[in-house]
Amino acid sequence: MPTRIDAAGEPIAFTFDGVRVEARAGDSLAAALLAAGIDTTRRSAVSGMARGPYCMMGTCFECLVVVDGVPNRQACMVEAADGLVVTTQDGAVDAFAHEDGGREMLA
Amino acid sequence: MTDTIVVGGGLVGAAVAYGLARAGDTVTVLDEGDVAFRASRGNFGLVWVQSKGDGRPEYTRWTRRSADLWPEFTAELRDLTGIETHYSKPGGLHFALSEEEMDARKSLIHRMHNVHGAAEYGAEILDGDEVRKLVPGLGPDVVGGTYCKHDGHASPLYLLRALHEGILAHGGRIVGDARATEVAPDGAGFRAETAAGTFRGDRLVLAAGLGNRALGPGVGLTVPVAPQKGQILVTERAAMAFEMPTHVVRQTSEGTFMIGDSHEDVGFNLTSTTPTMAAIAARAVKMFPFLKDLRIVRSWGALRVMAPDGYPIYEESRDHPGAFTVNCHSGVTLAAAHALALAPMLAAGRLGAELDVFNAGRFDADAH
Ligand SMILES: Cc1cc2nc3c(=O)[nH]c(=O)nc-3n(C[C@H](O)[C@H](O)[C@H](O)COP(=O)(O)OP(=O)(O)OC[C@H]3O[C@@H](n4cnc5c(N)ncnc54)[C@H](O)[C@@H]3O)c2cc1C
Ligand code: FES
Repeated sequence: MPTRIDAAGEPIAFTFDGVRVEARAGDSLAAALLAAGIDTTRRSAVSGMARGPYCMMGTCFECLVVVDGVPNRQACMVEAADGLVVTTQDGAVDAFAHEDGGREMLA
Repeated sequence: MTDTIVVGGGLVGAAVAYGLARAGDTVTVLDEGDVAFRASRGNFGLVWVQSKGDGRPEYTRWTRRSADLWPEFTAELRDLTGIETHYSKPGGLHFALSEEEMDARKSLIHRMHNVHGAAEYGAEILDGDEVRKLVPGLGPDVVGGTYCKHDGHASPLYLLRALHEGILAHGGRIVGDARATEVAPDGAGFRAETAAGTFRGDRLVLAAGLGNRALGPGVGLTVPVAPQKGQILVTERAAMAFEMPTHVVRQTSEGTFMIGDSHEDVGFNLTSTTPTMAAIAARAVKMFPFLKDLRIVRSWGALRVMAPDGYPIYEESRDHPGAFTVNCHSGVTLAAAHALALAPMLAAGRLGAELDVFNAGRFDADAH
């Protein structure tokens, strides 16, 4: 399991799937989650399999999470902040989620 | 057995090489590699029939022949290689965003019907209500469109991989990092000088996309192809919303929306440019307003391989029979025809009469 090599920085906290995660100011969400022992952040939109942070530099898109209601954000590219509500990216988003009546159109 | 060298391992070279290997030739594909201009890795993935060949009925028929061959082509590749090209043929839509655009589409369809007959051509004109029944989420600016039942789409990358695996399965060879610097007649056959050494064969097929222009003269072929840039945007994956491709927006089988594409005459230039990307996105959002909430995760530019009139160039060298060139700007659409109809002609050593009109000689008047 990854461990923190430098514990400096202001302690902050956000939630992941409702559970409180302690972090340090300047952590990316992905770094904070890994340091807290959480390595599954999403389910694949194609296969449903568990996935988690991999490249930690914004290229692989394996670390997707929902941040304050915005889906498919890269956890390694978002800075952790006090009070963020982060949840698992569970497969594909609904393209019509924001459209009035969109869901009926899908049916 | 004929030893055939195919220069170029993009969709055109790979489809021809696959068809030749399948027909029993011993095929060697020479491909430049990652630094090359490669339309086959940057295209939109439509297998598109409607509006192809206005003024060139032979092109309409050739395109349609390929679309008709696609189902058996994709099944054959799957059985042989286990790779699924994700081809589907639900028909395709071309939208009009104004009455003027609608009138232009109508006249095009009428011209095509006059030449080919409505039933044969298979495209129809739809009003706003009718297009809304076919795809969800259309914006108010869409006034109507045209639908063609022969249209479909596929994953161009899986297609390319399947063709490469298929070439190997039929005993062919693919040599990478083998940019040909020169091709020439050699005894009774031909040779290609490449970064990976000299290769010899009984026959030679130049299918190197934009590279054909420089190589052609070595075997007496004039290949006036030029680059035309297109830019494409790709969104994050979303749950399947619709399977039907449209001329500028399609949802891939893995959920992303591909949005394209521009037509820019800017030479050998692959740069992504913000104004063009913004224009592409704005037009797509007019058609499908829901797209504005999806994140763009990738964008790129790629170069089409364009003849001066936009039609394919298929030609055998008059001075050096046995040397051929194959070029087109719809290499996904025509992949099935290239593999299952054109390649057997090349294997037999002669282009069919139905392809006469695609001879490069048609440009001679311009050249003199
Ligand atoms: C933006 C865009 C969207 C498109 N959308 C569609 C679509 O929806 N449907 C459709 O049917 N078509 C589409 N196309 C067109 C399609 O991509 C091309 O027709 C097709 O890829 C051309 O294949 P090609 O093999 O001729 O060329 P390329 O893909 O350019 O391949 C040429 C190959 O030759 C090799 N090569 C070049 N020079 C040499 C040399 N000297 N020696 C050895 N090898 C060499 C290169 O390595 C390369 O692999 C699109 C193209 C673009 C750019
Ligand atoms: S871990 Fe690769 S993009 Fe975030």
